[in-house]
Amino acid sequence: MAELIARLDPKSRAASRGLSDLAIRNLFVIPTIAFLIIFNIFPLIYSLGYSFTDFRASSKAPANFVGLQNYRDLLADPFIWTNFTITAKYVVVSVTGQVLVGFGLALLLNRTFPFKGLITTLLMLPMMLSMAVVGLFWKLLYDPNFGIINYALGLGSFEWLSDPGIALYAVALTDIWMWSPFVMLLSLAGLSAVPKHLYEAASIDRAGPFYVFFRITLPLVAPILLIAIIFRTMEAFKTFDLAFVMTSQPTTELISIRLYKMAFQEWQTGKSCALAYIVLIMVLTITNIYVKYLNRAKER
Amino acid sequence: MRNMTKGLAAGLGLLLWSSTSVQAQELTIFWAEWDPANYLQELVNQYEAETGVKVTVETTPWSDFQTKAFTEFNAQGSAYDLIVGDSQWLGAASEAGHYVDLTQFVLDNKVLDSMAPATVKFYSEYPGNSGKYWSIPAEGDAVGWSYRKDWFEDPAEMAAFKAKYGYDLAPPATWAQLRDIAEFFHRPDQGRAGVAIYTDNSYDAMAMGFENALFSFGGELGDPATYQVEGIINSDKAVAALDAYRELYTFTPPGWAKTFFVENNQAITENLAAMSMNYFAFFPALVNESSNPNAKVTGFFANPAGPDGDQYAALGGQGISIVSYSQNQEEAFKFLQWFIKDDVQKKWAELGGYTCNKAVLESAEFQNATPYNKAFYDTMFKVKDFWAVPEYAELLTALNQRVYPAVVAGEGTSKEVLDALAADWKAIFAKYGRGG
Repeated sequence: MAELIARLDPKSRAASRGLSDLAIRNLFVIPTIAFLIIFNIFPLIYSLGYSFTDFRASSKAPANFVGLQNYRDLLADPFIWTNFTITAKYVVVSVTGQVLVGFGLALLLNRTFPFKGLITTLLMLPMMLSMAVVGLFWKLLYDPNFGIINYALGLGSFEWLSDPGIALYAVALTDIWMWSPFVMLLSLAGLSAVPKHLYEAASIDRAGPFYVFFRITLPLVAPILLIAIIFRTMEAFKTFDLAFVMTSQPTTELISIRLYKMAFQEWQTGKSCALAYIVLIMVLTITNIYVKYLNRAKER
Repeated sequence: MRNMTKGLAAGLGLLLWSSTSVQAQELTIFWAEWDPANYLQELVNQYEAETGVKVTVETTPWSDFQTKAFTEFNAQGSAYDLIVGDSQWLGAASEAGHYVDLTQFVLDNKVLDSMAPATVKFYSEYPGNSGKYWSIPAEGDAVGWSYRKDWFEDPAEMAAFKAKYGYDLAPPATWAQLRDIAEFFHRPDQGRAGVAIYTDNSYDAMAMGFENALFSFGGELGDPATYQVEGIINSDKAVAALDAYRELYTFTPPGWAKTFFVENNQAITENLAAMSMNYFAFFPALVNESSNPNAKVTGFFANPAGPDGDQYAALGGQGISIVSYSQNQEEAFKFLQWFIKDDVQKKWAELGGYTCNKAVLESAEFQNATPYNKAFYDTMFKVKDFWAVPEYAELLTALNQRVYPAVVAGEGTSKEVLDALAADWKAIFAKYGRGG
């Protein structure tokens, strides 16, 4: 505590000594580790245990060990595979869209023009909104009876969210609108870090714009772009609220929505824990593949 | 200093005593966020005036009502003393010990005599015909229909309808007539649709909508005594009912793929459809001119009969139960004794609540009080409900997974869909040791 006081009052005697390693450990490291163990590690291990049982949180019956039965049932369930396929499609469309739009915006903003700061701030507004609010807002925009999108595009009563073949892309489009600014922000940081002398040298060598983009800009921004892709892939894989609020089509039932229903509507606690672990393993696998590419990109 | 200490101790004692007594003078009822919950709050304010016990009706949106209630139950929390829970919850909540057994209370207070039989059967008794009761019928409800009287009574429309179908245009008495009228008024080019039905597959909307066709076509979900579903949910009558429901979907407004009570009232208020299915509990908003500009030209009718004359509707509504983990169970029992009194039930109906009290329901005063009370009275004696077993949510999920794509996306034949559903339900029941 004396150390902390010393930090707050730089003229005190304790201040001259600074915080010792022991004090830092006691004040910051131990509470953080304790918090992590109690709220992250312990539930993670506990739920792993439940995934091998037939436990139902809504029942007072004890949990019976069923081995790998939950995992077997889930992996043999065609509806679960459909949910995974839908999720994969959503992740690919959504993240690709975000990278193209976000990186494109960053390239446009990576120059000097009037009101650049204001425009950049305005472009970032969507990602500051709540997902549920964005979902409800876009549901109204897409409404075939009075939605402004059909009116503006002259599409009549086009059913964005009711057509099973379109609904997933309509939700992905909303996600692209919301999260492209995030990719834009990271890309801008990457673009501003590209040394100017490389462009000057390319200019002297009369390199064309495509050559400059593919040989200088993209390779140098790639590591930070990959970080953005990792974050967005993980988030897109976990998407729940946007799709849940906007539509209830079976073609938009992402794996997290199925997980929610299994855990909190059907109260199949053991089975839903198993599904959560399957999802976790998938997310970790995909992330590891990205990280491998990220390391390769950094080494170049 | 000594006097000051004594004074502080006395003050602290008084504070503790008063806070303890205040705690015992409060009850919390948990319900979903909708108009009847507001009416109930008005009613229980009268209880506070009479007894000094403050009763608060705490609400949450329908979408997370079940999740929030069961999360609290599972944690054995005492936040709620009473709960107005869905009829499907009876099995899950009673078998897990979340509800207090009210059998003796029901018998002692002659609830079986004072409430409409169907409401006691579906809102209170579990397992079926067991004579064990877990709640008191509180908000009776079932699915009925609203329609646009001005469209139906337009002379030009009446003449055109008669010329096309050979009989007079009037609120449908059968499902065949319902289909004809829906087809007749379905004019997408004029921004008008024939009918609005339930389609949402997030929880029980699709099941509640389809049940209106299923039961009136003479179909059943299964045998509640043996849990046999094969040959019942996929019977010829059930297949015909699903065909009828799927056909109705083709006469709905654009984008009618995630709709429940809010959207179905909007179908009438926003001039979207000629007829709309909805729970009676949502009809007060349709006769209120501030929420429905078409209030004066909105009419109501009971769910029509099927091809063989069967006429049933899907049950809504809830019973009120005492939560096992409540710290105020004695006070909760006293409240229920007050709640079931005839004069309180009459007041409940006057405020807008749907009483299940037989005497009130049968009174001319109640039946003439609103344009839809007569239809409600007729319906409440012809209702059937979804499964109330603890695994009801899994059964709902299977129904949503099979029936929703058939209705909304036209996937598969009705026979294929219901055969698959029968197989799903059989497997779910087998998993929980039901049905042999």
